[in-house]
Amino acid sequence: MKRKFLLARETSEINLARAKNDSSDILLNIYRGGPNSKSEKSYDSYRVPVSRWTTVLDALLYVKERLDSSIAIRFSCRMASCGSCGMKINGIPRLACYTKISELGTDTITCEPLPNFPLIRDLVTDFQQFFNHHKKIQPYIQNTHLDPTMERLSEFKQTPEEVDEFLQFSYCIKCGLCYSACPTVATDTKFPGPQALAQAYRYFADNRDDSAQKRLDNVDHKHGIWRCHFAGSCSMVCPKGVDPALGIQMLRGHLLSITKKPKKKRAELREINREGS
Amino acid sequence: MKEGTIMKIHYITGLAALLTVAIHIMMRVVVPFSVSLEYENVVANYQNILYALLLESVLILISIHGFNGLRVMLLELRQSDKWEKFVTLFTLIAMIAVIAYGTRTIIIVSGQSL
Repeated sequence: MKRKFLLARETSEINLARAKNDSSDILLNIYRGGPNSKSEKSYDSYRVPVSRWTTVLDALLYVKERLDSSIAIRFSCRMASCGSCGMKINGIPRLACYTKISELGTDTITCEPLPNFPLIRDLVTDFQQFFNHHKKIQPYIQNTHLDPTMERLSEFKQTPEEVDEFLQFSYCIKCGLCYSACPTVATDTKFPGPQALAQAYRYFADNRDDSAQKRLDNVDHKHGIWRCHFAGSCSMVCPKGVDPALGIQMLRGHLLSITKKPKKKRAELREINREGS
Repeated sequence: MKEGTIMKIHYITGLAALLTVAIHIMMRVVVPFSVSLEYENVVANYQNILYALLLESVLILISIHGFNGLRVMLLELRQSDKWEKFVTLFTLIAMIAVIAYGTRTIIIVSGQSL
């Protein structure tokens, strides 16, 4: 046991030494400005020492701590769970905490605020509109067959196959990267965006939810699901491996009455539950 | 009408237009292309009731599909109730006008003597 511990310590020391040797400098360009900045885009540039595992967020925090404390950044968990540090890094929407500088393959890194969001200051954007779209699709399970008195608590039983129907969509962390990459959102502010539509499918496909028709009606309007051009950029930028474009196409399939399978399944399950109770 | 219904019509007319235009082109290549566009040939085509019906359906399908496509594009340009009403009305009137004018042409030419 002691030997194992010593070995682990030695390895970590070697890694640290290697990391120190690997360190180099990069040029970090950070967008500066507020919503009323009428002039051309302005950037402040900083030289930042980085090593093999330095993330863009680490580099930004280095600048904020040691070089310029006035930079506005939003971050929290530093492990791609909270979705706070979304920004455009070298032209692509990414999470700063999830993007290693070494994987960008360049010595010049440019950080800009997320497009399609109103700017607050520097790298911080306003998520109000994004969350409003999310709220509109009613992102919670609705089940009218539940006993309102809740005299007898019961579980919703699901098979692994039923969970698979929506599981990947439940990994969404609401970071807004898909929303900022969407070309339709760029022109149509009433369009719910890939995040909200994928969540609409997530609850639609969940067999614990029985408001399928309501959910379909909710996205079936002039600025709704039909405005998706299927560019697929939402799925490309998602840091959690969610495929919003797939969710949108699946929901469209149901609206066009091409796909009926989960509906059938849901009806069967309801029947089984009724018999069980 | 629900947007979903409009889009169903949009997709169906798109597919049907593809089919009818393909038939139309196939019928053109039965004879050498330059011959098929001769005045007598064209008028004779119009006087064939099946061909006139095919042309009419191409006209209707493409007008519905095309003008709805235009409506969708214009709706994305700006977002206001006034604009949406204007765009819907404009594309609807334009679609009816194009179909009416095209139908008139088909009817007149099909009744014309060679």
